[in-house]
Amino acid sequence: MSKKLVYIYRSFERFWHWMQAILIFFLAFTGFEIHGSYQFFGFREAVRYHNIAANMLIGLVVFAIFWHLSTGEYKQYIPTFENIKAQLNYYIFGIFKNAPHPTKKTVLSKLNPLQKIVYFGLKIMVIPLSLTSGLLYMFYRYPTKHGVEAINIETLEIIAIAHTIAAIFLIIFIVTHLYLITTGETITSNLRAMLMGYEEIEDSGKVNVTNENLSTQKLE
Amino acid sequence: MKKVVLILSFIAFLIIVAIGTLSQKDEEPTTMMKLREKFSKSEKLSVDHSQFSVLQKKFNSPQEVTKACETCHNKSAEQIMAGNHWNWEREEYVEGRGIIYLGKRNAINNFCIGTTGNEQSCAKCHIGYGMDSEGKVYTDKENIDCLICHDNSETYAKANEQGGAPVSTLDFAKIAQSVGKPKRSNCGVCHFYGGGGNNVKHGDLDMAMFEPTKELDVHMGTDGMNLVCVDCHQAEQHNISGKLYSLSSMNRNRACCENCHTAAPHDDDILNEHTLKVACQTCHIPIYAKANATKMYWDWSTAGKLKNGEPYTEEDSMGNHAYMSIKGTFKWEKNVKPDYVWFNGTASHYLRGDVIKDTSKTLVLNQLHGSYADDESKIYPVKIHIAKQPYDPVNKILIQPKLFAEEKGEGAFWKDFDWNTASEIGMKNAELPFSGKISFIETEMYWPVNHQVASKENVVQCNECHTRNDSRLAGLKDFYLPGRDSSSIVDTLGKWLLILTVLGIFAHAVLRIYSVRKLKKEVVK
Repeated sequence: MSKKLVYIYRSFERFWHWMQAILIFFLAFTGFEIHGSYQFFGFREAVRYHNIAANMLIGLVVFAIFWHLSTGEYKQYIPTFENIKAQLNYYIFGIFKNAPHPTKKTVLSKLNPLQKIVYFGLKIMVIPLSLTSGLLYMFYRYPTKHGVEAINIETLEIIAIAHTIAAIFLIIFIVTHLYLITTGETITSNLRAMLMGYEEIEDSGKVNVTNENLSTQKLE
Repeated sequence: MKKVVLILSFIAFLIIVAIGTLSQKDEEPTTMMKLREKFSKSEKLSVDHSQFSVLQKKFNSPQEVTKACETCHNKSAEQIMAGNHWNWEREEYVEGRGIIYLGKRNAINNFCIGTTGNEQSCAKCHIGYGMDSEGKVYTDKENIDCLICHDNSETYAKANEQGGAPVSTLDFAKIAQSVGKPKRSNCGVCHFYGGGGNNVKHGDLDMAMFEPTKELDVHMGTDGMNLVCVDCHQAEQHNISGKLYSLSSMNRNRACCENCHTAAPHDDDILNEHTLKVACQTCHIPIYAKANATKMYWDWSTAGKLKNGEPYTEEDSMGNHAYMSIKGTFKWEKNVKPDYVWFNGTASHYLRGDVIKDTSKTLVLNQLHGSYADDESKIYPVKIHIAKQPYDPVNKILIQPKLFAEEKGEGAFWKDFDWNTASEIGMKNAELPFSGKISFIETEMYWPVNHQVASKENVVQCNECHTRNDSRLAGLKDFYLPGRDSSSIVDTLGKWLLILTVLGIFAHAVLRIYSVRKLKKEVVK
């Protein structure tokens, strides 16, 4: 089998990924300062920056949702239990024996089953939890007075704790994600693919991947 | 070509937005600009009292001056005699108690305790002449003291212990001709010295406020806007706005910051949002008692010690009384950080004769009402004055002792230093039972911190409250405050989850490196 350089992450996808990475990192950094874990910017500035970054992230998420829906890329994230054991086995045993990756990356299926489950979880649980609690935090008004009477929340406590829980999950994800980047074909191949868009993929010979074939029609 | 059009239209859009936002700022005058303009105008008086013939004569008594005033201001007496500066009490509705009359006449505080039986001395701060304990003064309009509030010559002074009469050597004609709107000195001569000395009671009102600097009080600073008391405490028909909750239970007739500054005066929305739950004073008065120390603690139980049969005083390092035989032991503090409470404008008071429910606890004399959950409540800064004061352990009521008398032998504590007779006479005056037993109970009194507002550069910063340790609001635990509060379960679980993740990654990485080396060796073999 030969290897071929394939254009796997398109420019919007890469932009979205890195923008999201920067924003989430920055939000975590300012967020935990607001949380009281340390002092860096000072509370007031931390809140200001956090709010700006949050608005940017919301904008980005809106774009990303549109992109995923309009290109059909969302289908990449529909979880599958097929091969999940093999993928787990790979990370727990195979990786130490230099065994091959159990899931072949293709343009049509870039994610392995573990990634699918985790990213799916992020997209439908953690990010929504983080964004809704964050929005409530931002637009929360103290009980009734002058506020949005419909959202009359007795206490900020539940909102704040939900927001913290989401943040902790995101941090755990990022830490793990950063490590798993190194488990590609070579230590840097995944990182390079996400930066440049191209990755060397084993050519199965069946599909001759050219730029024309990147069309999303193939997904349906 | 398409690109050029796009870029050009984008740049044009940016320019329009920039011009729009920049030009907006110049046009609308802000509230602050309007206020500055309003208070920089010097007032032109409509009346010069020195030219009235009725005031161009020799006055033999202050009552003659009052009569002269009343020849023109012939209905003012009715306004005065309906007010609390005259009556020393107000009609108040208190939930659970109904309508009560509350004021200096009958309240118990934890400074000099109360006026009953001590009127001759206390009346130095009554806007009338010749008060005696029988209350005769309250019906006689010639005894209204117009001058204490309206003297603008700054020479008028009331005499000590004369039931409110002025010093007899004054030039009444000169004073009468000077009258006008009350100055800082008119108000301050009583309100700065409440409790028997400079800054004893309030903490934010003291003699430095006669001629304050901007640094001491941003509004009243003579080097700044130079406001006087009545600029904020405006009066209608001699009823002056602004009430002290140490003596008032209802939320009415307030002098508020919002009256001038609006309810949302900040540029920053987040700060404006704070005003729903945080009073202006909370952030804008970071410390009080900036110029002179204020009394924080008063222990009556040590009073009465004599040296060679004579009363004496001791001073602390700041030069304030630390001990007085007539009053006991004091603690003073300067540059004090306020305490903070929820307050919705209403308070309940310990009234003379109230039975103390639990004598083992500190008794709060003016409990401020409020909580986070209450819509009307905001966080307010307060001074808390703590005292140990006499009470009757059998009847469980606070004692109103007779403190002042002109001569020894009348049973007054300040002359005879005997708690028993002073209490017996005092309680009889107040028409209250007395068992003959005296004990001391710790009491707390709340005082508003409203003055000595800092300039905007010196206000309380976000992280003084929003902080884990030593938050200014550490005492208010009934709500979640970002930066101060967190769920310890979530934080601990999160921390361990992160540690375990990092450890897992580390172990995995070490195993990977090890296995790669092993595989390489095998390949070499």
